[in-house]
Amino acid sequence: MSRLSSRNERGFQLLVNGFLLIVLLVIVIPLWRVIMTSLTPLDVYMRGGVPFFQWPWEWSWGAYQQMLTHPSFPRATLNSVIITISGTALSLCLTVPLSYALSTRTLPGRRVITALILFTFLFHVGLIPVYLLVAKTLGWTDSFLAIIVPPAVGVTNTLVMMRFFEGIPEEIKEAARIDGANDIQVLTRIILPLSKPILLTIGLFYAVHYWNEFFTPMLYLNDQNLLPLPVLLRNILIGANLSEYVEYDLSRVASIESLKAAAVLLTMLPMVAVYPWIQRHFTKGTLLGGVKE
Amino acid sequence: MSQSASVSGARAPARLALRQRARRLARTIWKHRWFYVLLVPSLTYYLIFRYIPIYNAQIAFKEFRPLLGVEGSPWVGFQHFQAFFRSFYFNQLIVNTVFFSVAKLVLGMPAAIILALAINESRFRTFRALVQTLTYLPHFVSWVIMLGLLLALLSPSSGMINEAIKALGGQPTPFLTSRDWFRPVVVLSDIWKETGWSTILYLAALLGINPELYEAAAVDGASRWRRIWHISLPGIVPVVVLVTLLRLGSILDAGFNQIFVLYSVPVYSVADIIDTWVYRSGVLDFQFSLATAVGLFKGVIGLILILVANRVAKRLAQQTLF
Repeated sequence: MSRLSSRNERGFQLLVNGFLLIVLLVIVIPLWRVIMTSLTPLDVYMRGGVPFFQWPWEWSWGAYQQMLTHPSFPRATLNSVIITISGTALSLCLTVPLSYALSTRTLPGRRVITALILFTFLFHVGLIPVYLLVAKTLGWTDSFLAIIVPPAVGVTNTLVMMRFFEGIPEEIKEAARIDGANDIQVLTRIILPLSKPILLTIGLFYAVHYWNEFFTPMLYLNDQNLLPLPVLLRNILIGANLSEYVEYDLSRVASIESLKAAAVLLTMLPMVAVYPWIQRHFTKGTLLGGVKE
Repeated sequence: MSQSASVSGARAPARLALRQRARRLARTIWKHRWFYVLLVPSLTYYLIFRYIPIYNAQIAFKEFRPLLGVEGSPWVGFQHFQAFFRSFYFNQLIVNTVFFSVAKLVLGMPAAIILALAINESRFRTFRALVQTLTYLPHFVSWVIMLGLLLALLSPSSGMINEAIKALGGQPTPFLTSRDWFRPVVVLSDIWKETGWSTILYLAALLGINPELYEAAAVDGASRWRRIWHISLPGIVPVVVLVTLLRLGSILDAGFNQIFVLYSVPVYSVADIIDTWVYRSGVLDFQFSLATAVGLFKGVIGLILILVANRVAKRLAQQTLF
């Protein structure tokens, strides 16, 4: 009986893990293909396209060299870094005080304010009224403000942070108040040092959002010098006016396909680099309350 | 005369109590004054960037002229809404939007449940962690990068899948610009990107199941499959209900960024959703009022649906969506 069930168990595990292996391959193969495409030397590509596998000694870094030496790519990277850092900073500076104040149960008007915020989360009037405000009323065309400010506070992130602050025992705050601190000082001196994990997690979520944002830059930025990485990548992938972004026909060291693949990977790289930190936090369950959407 | 005196006499204590309560409230507010200081920046933000757009939405009922501004433009009533409901693209937009939402839900949810069950059952911890890490990753990648990945697979000239088709003697297919293939590509690429991330909720629900239930079932000789069917699946039903309701509540959000990056003129008829149409007609064709009317229509329907979904969730799963 026990031998039979252990054999069944082994078969079951084989099936389950075999399935997971297939899932893994489905995720990895497209990424693998892009990596191989970016590294395929021009002569190999001309002979028979991108091979499924290449030995490392056959790799060509020409596509990366070309992407990084053309001025448009480093400039777009700098734009993306500026947008991401200032956007994340602004988002946290607005989200932290908001969620801290709203986590105070005794605050008169708390329910009304929460309802007003929740209402904007549930009711969207669409793109055009925001576009009129940002582009016409505020005149933020060709300004990073148009990308940084309008999405600065996320309702989901505010709610997650609120729930975290609600979990901090009242006694800690009360002790500080007895020592003569006002509530802003309680926040900056006592609460914030206790909140590093949630600040890091929410901050990374905001940063990912700003790093990936491509629609609003397309909408509000006409100046080619201001384009962030995702917009540049989109222009490269679509192949419109390619010579503006890469010098692909002057020094033929890489195929257009390799250049596109290299651009994809270079844009992905910072994301993949911070990803382990994000992942560590959400597997701990910090964010379970906030991933309802 | 005496009547009015007696009435005011009866009101006096009530007025006193009211004044007392007002004073107490004023004291509480004063005690919390620093919290209101903390609220000023973010509430200013909400007023400007969330409530002014709602005010601007009045141009849905006006004939907006940029020179006259939002307030100065003349009222036209429901003209733009009628124009939209009567237009030939109304049906097409609704069909496409609902199709993408429903297809992503109907195919994406079982995929996430199966993956979550498999991760939950696997005994190899490191392998399981590797699967989780790699399947969550695409959620954090933008749709522009997804376009790059999809081109590497689907491009007619050098995409891997088309290479395989050619090797087997077939004709390369331009998947992204083909009217037959665009919709499957949208749904499958969304599943590829989001399934891993969606497992988080199901895995949390599976972790919450009492392990004694499994042990008791094993003692009774129930096979692995029966344990999944009778214990694991019932354990995640509340999450399934919540996710379904939430997705039905936002059924008109079909994934603007995805469609916007992937679509092109040849596939507009099967790809165009409300949001992409609003962008083109408003920003590119300057039909600000018509586009706002369509956006507002979507917003009102969305609000009604999500409130209904929340009500149903409260009744079915004793939980709220937000």
